Amino acid sequence: MTRPMLELVGLNKRFGDLTVLHDIHLRVGQGELVFVIGPSGSGKSTMLRCCNRLEEPTSGSVLIDGADITACSPRALNKMRLNLGMVFQGFHLYPHMDAVGNVMLAQVKALGRSKDEARARALEMLDRVGLRHKSDAMPSALSGGQQQRVAIARALALDPKVMLFDEPTSALDPELVGSVLAVMKDLRTSGMTMLVVSHEMGFAREAADRVIFMDGGVIVEEGQPEAIFTNPQAERTRAFLSRVRG
Amino acid sequence: MEDFIRLFLNVEVMLRTWPLLKQGLWMTAQLCAVVIGLGLVGGLFLSFLAMAKSRWLRWPAFVVIDVLRAVPPLVLLIFIYSGLPFAGLDISPFAAVAVAFFLNNSAYYAEIYRAGIQSIPAGQTEAARATGLTSAQAMAYVVLPQAVRNVLPDLLSNTVEVVKLTSLASVVSLAELLYSANMARSLTYNSSPLVMAALIYLAFLWPLVRLVSRYQRKLAV
Repeated sequence: MTRPMLELVGLNKRFGDLTVLHDIHLRVGQGELVFVIGPSGSGKSTMLRCCNRLEEPTSGSVLIDGADITACSPRALNKMRLNLGMVFQGFHLYPHMDAVGNVMLAQVKALGRSKDEARARALEMLDRVGLRHKSDAMPSALSGGQQQRVAIARALALDPKVMLFDEPTSALDPELVGSVLAVMKDLRTSGMTMLVVSHEMGFAREAADRVIFMDGGVIVEEGQPEAIFTNPQAERTRAFLSRVRG
Repeated sequence: MEDFIRLFLNVEVMLRTWPLLKQGLWMTAQLCAVVIGLGLVGGLFLSFLAMAKSRWLRWPAFVVIDVLRAVPPLVLLIFIYSGLPFAGLDISPFAAVAVAFFLNNSAYYAEIYRAGIQSIPAGQTEAARATGLTSAQAMAYVVLPQAVRNVLPDLLSNTVEVVKLTSLASVVSLAELLYSANMARSLTYNSSPLVMAALIYLAFLWPLVRLVSRYQRKLAV
């Protein structure tokens, strides 16, 4: 495997008595796209949210390009987070700023770029997701697919080393899913390291290097997409896949 | 009818006493600027305390907010102006009014801010924090602008209340608008200055009240 950009080592997460993640070990190499599937409540999203400590892991560590994000000061955490772009199911664009403002904010406030520099970079990123012409639009004037692409541009503008996708297309109307997946495919081609939690099995087949199946807070099975989808080894994986396929 | 106009709408008396009322109006304006300005800042600070993670900050903040909202502002004012001197704490009428109404007012502003901030979905803060913003930056650039916009009618409404509240300062002989008008009344044996004071309040506050209504209609749509 290439140099690991994201590494989860013995990650545990408990909410009170409830164990949500149990001893997760995962390495995502540079330029790799790892796809996470599993039933709801299996801990996929929590795992993703532990990577940038939106959720505090109970124990274990998360290494970003070798640096431990779980062992750093609050101050250093803000800097470390710049290496991790995150895309949410609900987009979470800032509704009081136009598209370009959304992409500029963290560049200026967290990265310390000048406004001109940040604007140029924001327009470049909006162009990359095919929304340059919408740079002045407020989020409320954009479709869900467009909002999600602006959200991707917002994350990309900070030059992250890894992109985390938390069900990026689950809140979208079916006809808008394609535009977001196209952007993700483009990212993959350009060599971005990506960890994707999603139900888009077709996309996983086409673009993923590895598929991870999670259930009950553990990684049950992992392997090449073809192997997982056509010949799953674990009973739980088989049951899940047959449920999803209907 | 003629008597009514002579006693209440006497233009000649109004013109004669206008300089006095103008001074009062200026005092009211200063009072409002201090009480509203400090209140907006103090209220924000109180609301942050009331939402703090630590209960040792949160609970005292709730107690302070509740007490300040439950104690009548006039009682607070008279206590500060007439009560504190017994403890050797002499205080000018202006300072007494400013402190009393600042305290009362921040508690109300704090509750309005809190409602506004809590109306913003957690995803907004998460998105901001995920891009490396500090919690203070996420609050300042992402949450607060949206929160204030959501509660703007309430902030305005409370501000109108504060302006009206300042007329209570006449009780401690602070020469604000009402006090000046009342003094003019006793000097001229004519009630027209009081009517003029009411008209001045109306001229300033009616547009604000209209604005609140319009804004509430717009938000409701």
